[in-house]
Amino acid sequence: MLAHLILKDGTCFNGFAPLGRGGGGEVVFTTAMAGYQEILTDPSFAGQMVVMTFPEQGVYGVHADLDEAAKPWAAGLICRRLTLQPDHARSLGDLAGWLKRHRIPVIAEVDTRALTHHLRDFGAQPGLVWTEADGSLAAGKAAAAQLPDMSGQALAALVSCRDRYEIPLPGAKFRVAVLDGGIKASILKQLTAAGYHLEVFPWDAPASELTAKRFHGLFLSNGPGDPGALPGMRKEVEAAIGRLPIFGICLGHQLLGQAFGGSTFKLKFGHRGANQPVLDLATRRVQITAQNHGFAVDEASLPPEVEVTHRHLSDNTVEGLAHRTLPIFSLQHHPEASPGPHDARGAFARFGRMMEAFHA
Amino acid sequence: MPRNPEITSVLVLGAGPIQIGQACEFDYSGTQALKALREEGVRTILLNSNPASIMTDPERADATYLEPLTLAVLEKVIERERPAALLPTVGGQTALNLAMEAHRAGILERHGVRLIGAQPEAIARGEDREQFKALMDELGLDTCRGGFAHSMEEARELVRQTGFPAILRPSFTLGGSGGGIAYNVEEFEAIAQKGLDLSPIRQVLVEESILGWKEFELEVVRDLDDNVEIICGIENLDPMGIHTGDSITVAPILTLTDPEYQRMREAAKAVIRGVGVETGGSNIQFALDPETGRIIVIEMNPRVSRSSALASKATGFPIAWVATKLALGYRLWELPNVITGRTKAAFEPVLDYVVVKVPRFTFEKFPETEPVLGIQMKSVGETMAIGRGFQEALQKALRSLEEGHQGLAGGLEGKLDLSRLKEHLLTPGPQRVFWIYQALKAGHTVDELHRLTRITPWFLQEMEEIVVLEGRLRGFPLHRLPGELLEKAKRAGFTDAQIAAFCGAKEGEVAGRLKTFGLARAVKRIDTCSGEFQAETPYLYQTWEQFSEAPPTDRPKALVLGSGPNRIGQGVEFDCCCVQAVEAIRAKGVEAILLNCNPETVSTDFDISDRLYFEPLAFEDVKAVVDREAAGGKLLGVFTQFGGQTPLKLAGRLQAAGVPLLGTDHKAIMDAEDRKLFGGVLEKLAIPAAPWGTAVSAPQALEVASRLGYPVMVRPSFVLGGRAMAIVFDDAGLERYMREASLVSEDRPVLIDRYLENAQELDVDLVCDGERAVVAGVMAHIEEAGVHSGDSYAVFPPLGVEEGILEQVKAMSRALAFELGVRGLLNLQWALKDGVPYCLEANPRASRTVPFISKATGVNWAGVAARIGLGESLAAQGVEDGKPLAVAVKGVVFPFAKFPGVDPVLGPEMRSTGEVMGLGATFGEAYAKALQAAGMTLPLSGTVFLSVNDLDKPMLPELVKRLASLGFGLCATEGTAKALEAAGYRVRRIHKVNEGRPHAVDLLKNGEIQWVINTPKGKNAFSDEDSIRRQALRLKIPCVTNMSAALAACEAVETLRGEVAVRKLQEL
Ligand SMILES: Nc1ncnc2c1ncn2[C@@H]1O[C@H](COP(=O)(O)OP(=O)(O)O)[C@@H](O)[C@H]1O
Ligand SMILES: Nc1ncnc2c1ncn2[C@@H]1O[C@H](COP(=O)(O)OP(=O)(O)O)[C@@H](O)[C@H]1O
Ligand SMILES: [Mg+2]
Ligand SMILES: [Mg+2]
Repeated sequence: MLAHLILKDGTCFNGFAPLGRGGGGEVVFTTAMAGYQEILTDPSFAGQMVVMTFPEQGVYGVHADLDEAAKPWAAGLICRRLTLQPDHARSLGDLAGWLKRHRIPVIAEVDTRALTHHLRDFGAQPGLVWTEADGSLAAGKAAAAQLPDMSGQALAALVSCRDRYEIPLPGAKFRVAVLDGGIKASILKQLTAAGYHLEVFPWDAPASELTAKRFHGLFLSNGPGDPGALPGMRKEVEAAIGRLPIFGICLGHQLLGQAFGGSTFKLKFGHRGANQPVLDLATRRVQITAQNHGFAVDEASLPPEVEVTHRHLSDNTVEGLAHRTLPIFSLQHHPEASPGPHDARGAFARFGRMMEAFHA
Repeated sequence: MPRNPEITSVLVLGAGPIQIGQACEFDYSGTQALKALREEGVRTILLNSNPASIMTDPERADATYLEPLTLAVLEKVIERERPAALLPTVGGQTALNLAMEAHRAGILERHGVRLIGAQPEAIARGEDREQFKALMDELGLDTCRGGFAHSMEEARELVRQTGFPAILRPSFTLGGSGGGIAYNVEEFEAIAQKGLDLSPIRQVLVEESILGWKEFELEVVRDLDDNVEIICGIENLDPMGIHTGDSITVAPILTLTDPEYQRMREAAKAVIRGVGVETGGSNIQFALDPETGRIIVIEMNPRVSRSSALASKATGFPIAWVATKLALGYRLWELPNVITGRTKAAFEPVLDYVVVKVPRFTFEKFPETEPVLGIQMKSVGETMAIGRGFQEALQKALRSLEEGHQGLAGGLEGKLDLSRLKEHLLTPGPQRVFWIYQALKAGHTVDELHRLTRITPWFLQEMEEIVVLEGRLRGFPLHRLPGELLEKAKRAGFTDAQIAAFCGAKEGEVAGRLKTFGLARAVKRIDTCSGEFQAETPYLYQTWEQFSEAPPTDRPKALVLGSGPNRIGQGVEFDCCCVQAVEAIRAKGVEAILLNCNPETVSTDFDISDRLYFEPLAFEDVKAVVDREAAGGKLLGVFTQFGGQTPLKLAGRLQAAGVPLLGTDHKAIMDAEDRKLFGGVLEKLAIPAAPWGTAVSAPQALEVASRLGYPVMVRPSFVLGGRAMAIVFDDAGLERYMREASLVSEDRPVLIDRYLENAQELDVDLVCDGERAVVAGVMAHIEEAGVHSGDSYAVFPPLGVEEGILEQVKAMSRALAFELGVRGLLNLQWALKDGVPYCLEANPRASRTVPFISKATGVNWAGVAARIGLGESLAAQGVEDGKPLAVAVKGVVFPFAKFPGVDPVLGPEMRSTGEVMGLGATFGEAYAKALQAAGMTLPLSGTVFLSVNDLDKPMLPELVKRLASLGFGLCATEGTAKALEAAGYRVRRIHKVNEGRPHAVDLLKNGEIQWVINTPKGKNAFSDEDSIRRQALRLKIPCVTNMSAALAACEAVETLRGEVAVRKLQEL
């Protein structure tokens, strides 16, 4: 049915809701051209309606091996064209049907380029899908105005595992504790591939458990929401510092930044895509990375013992941190990619070398 | 690392003449390279033999050598200019090969010139298929099973491994000719044998066939710190087995999952690193098995290519410009993203639109060859279109071809014989998508079509959706057409004309219906980043969306219409004129807006014009741009005279729609183009023309011919480039022509002219402002009238033409310009017979020869014409008749090698793809250079084989005198030999092919003949003649088919025996 996407600031975009009414959340855009399934199932998108800037969506259908979580976490999909007849030798079915099964709202036929410009210029903000059935446009705008902002939202509890579980790896050299703030399956895959036996802990696990004797290292995962709204996690991470090697990605990186005494801030519209250039300040080499974050670590707020190792080439924001004396490092971007380039995958081995050195 | 300070001067190699597989994309990359170098204060030296290119405009480089791309010339240029470095990667295969030759010959070392961009070892690893295969094995990357055979035994051994069908490719043959697909032993034996014969090193690649797999290309860039990024992924709609250049392609890659794409990306990184391309762009081709996901590396080109031009236009990322900066030592993260201005070149472009490229073919000009597509490239040009979906982009691209299709729908409605559907789907030809569309309409399923074509089903489904849409549209009269459906149709790329046709209305009425629903085109920007960053660059396209960006400025502005896809008869020379016009307009402080759909060109580089619309040159799309731009500032009008015949065809409708034309108006165009009206004009001015008549039937034609007298020149009306033109010698020939002449009707009669035999043809280019008419130049053709102006060599100044006659021709040309009311450029062709100039035709527009004459006179004539259009008189501009800076000869190149079985004889049907220029102090020198530049190497000694027709016999003695004095041995067939002996020459008599052996062809094969001079005996010539010419072509033995050319060639041989100097344009 005909529908509108109404942003909190009242801006209104025409569209078509093939699956019917409903849908709301923080509207963010990603410029990744492929990988809609990985993106929609990435827990970091919890609470967010994702604008895919690339117009053709659903072309290759949905696949068994492309889920980043047991279910899609995004609050909705906003796109230009949605293919109803997908085509791929190994496709299990079409994107629309899959979204319908998982009750993920879609609004298509949207001028996603104009929408992207708006989010770029006026910032990512909440929005909702509104159809005639929901009432007048005026009513829709009123409803949109009431939507809560992402800042201050703690979503880790929502997406994290409930109980500790293991991903055993016979003969693994290292045993790693993983703090799950909404971890992507492909991060676990990469950690396993790097040769680590994993024990995954819920978001509220205490440092005492995370740093238990049996662990060679601690991994801090990605996750949704405002890192500033997770003082509990921050505290535990702080307590873990100095006890064992630590590697953090995205939310994990932001939590470390805070644990070091630094602060985080909300980017205007964030970095979301698979083409984000990151400069490794040590090697002066560029990595094309996958990114998905709305908050960043404030460099000025960092203590001297922490050094910035990577920078985003477009806005110079912090992309990587390392402690000058302790075996701790973190990345704002996603070395596991999925979707995106594999340029940064070396990070998982780097973690290994760190544990190697520490436990030698 | 900033740039290397040691590189103070760089020699850039161009690609030479336009050929199939090497078109104006290299004018684009070369022009960008020169720009990138000069921005750095580097002294630039250019070597390129193609005068029709923008890069050879004298102001683009510090030293411009319009000279043959030969080793000898290269060394002379290096000696004179002492460049610090040589950039070989922006001039296509030609430049790369020449650079490698120079390297092997030790020339670069001797003069301390370093190669930048790619090192010899890397080039070798990338180019030599044998080394490349080995390297891929090392890297653990998959390639096609197979190997290289140097004998039939080895070949048979290999095919036992690969099985059938097998791909065979002889090494180092002209344009990869001789390759093919063998489906059975018989075909295999034939192709392999031929391949071994053809290959100069008797080497043939025998490969496992992976026909039907998906084919992809990645455009990769690397810097000296080993930073690698993928600028663009291109997916071929046509599967493996159809050359990428002949395939419909799509950007970005649409049908792969991210993991599949990333595997390909990682492979690409490994390849460019393994090959060791230091800096700059490379193109890597992959095949993917849709069933298993197995990825195979096909090949890599360690240089910018046609695909990188496409990728640059598709993404906005200027690959050649960046590649050049990297070659100077910059790192990617040090270079700006020039489109956004605020980010870095170190990133991977992302698209928020879909790009479709469609190739343009000209099989109709080579009837002897089957219009079938395979592993050897045949297309002569391409169009690109941008849409917010695949369907829209595809229909726009097909519309841009200018072959009469509005889009996919209604393309060849009714024109296709559906009983031959299956065969056309199985054996791909130039029109396969239209067959697919008809098949879908006829109810064939996507699965069936996939099985027949191996095209990825998603693309077929999208086409099916277009079929369904057409069906729904047909269900309504226009006044009841629902807005939602109308919008869907527009978003799927349907034109008003199509919709009107489906809904039984007039095209004009659709606009009204669109208004009713408030539906309008939106303008969007190409920005490399999908809107993530703000971009000011006005590189624009039109689509159907809720919001527009890049509003029109409030400046005075002029729209220049480009020339669309390259084709034989309309190529880079018109793009050159468009660019020169645009720059002249900008220089006058007027905003220059350019509209074109050819991704290869300089004109579609985003910083040439003030605003660039990448749109089809079709009325609806152009009119929409006009309306939008007129909404702000003052649109002075539209220039239709620079893009060749394409914009000229739009002039009428534009003017009728109230759009002001700048320069020559539509009435003048009609008076010149319409044969009857033009005849009237000539009569009025008492200008002689060949007697002519028209006919719609054979009897009528015979009647006209008997009145005019044979031979006659026949052609259908409304044709370009001498399409289907022929010289007919008798009733039988004429009857045959009338029988074969397609679509003759009352309003499309056949035009019949008296053929002016042995007439000297002249080309005239002039500019007129209404007050004065200034002659840019008069060129004298080398071949006589009857050989299309586009196919004949020509000399400026017109040596050998009497002053008096020349003045007469100029006077009459001026008179015509005034009478027609030309404002701007006018091109005329004249035939001198017995001292009388006959006017053959007038083209009120830029012509193929304008860039040539501009370089030969040092005046930018397109710029002059543009200023006239903006109201600046010739007097005010202070231009006079063009004066020669030197003797200049225009040479031409032909694609015969790509069309096996074609008779390389010249006639009124134009078949050349590109041109070259030879500059000299004497005619001999200039002509010799033109021949060299065109790849024709005249023998300096040896035996000449003569066989000339009776018309030419009178000229024989003079020719033979020249040949003899040059010390050539002579051999000839019966008739010619008699004539020679009569004139007292010693000749070796040889058999015609049908007179027993050893005959002419045997001697050719045995290398006993170094030069063939053979003037054909007309249409019904003896079959052995063309077999001789074809042999000569295959064996690369020069073959002159025309007396005047033969005489000129003698002069060239004399010069070639001496020392030949090189000159830069800037010193003439
Ligand atoms: N083994 C093969 N099986 C089927 N098609 C092939 C094979 N190798 C090449 N082709 C086709 O031939 C085309 C030309 O081959 P390529 O190696 O790219 O030569 P070129 O140098 O002319 O581009 C490719 O685009 C592809 O479609
Ligand atoms: N009456 C004629 N006698 C001799 N040659 C002619 C005559 N008319 C045309 N030609 C030859 O045919 C060529 C093409 O004819 P033209 O009218 O120029 O067609 P086009 O529009 O394709 O340029 C000319 O360049 C000329 O060589
Ligand atoms: Mg190729
Ligand atoms: Mg002509």
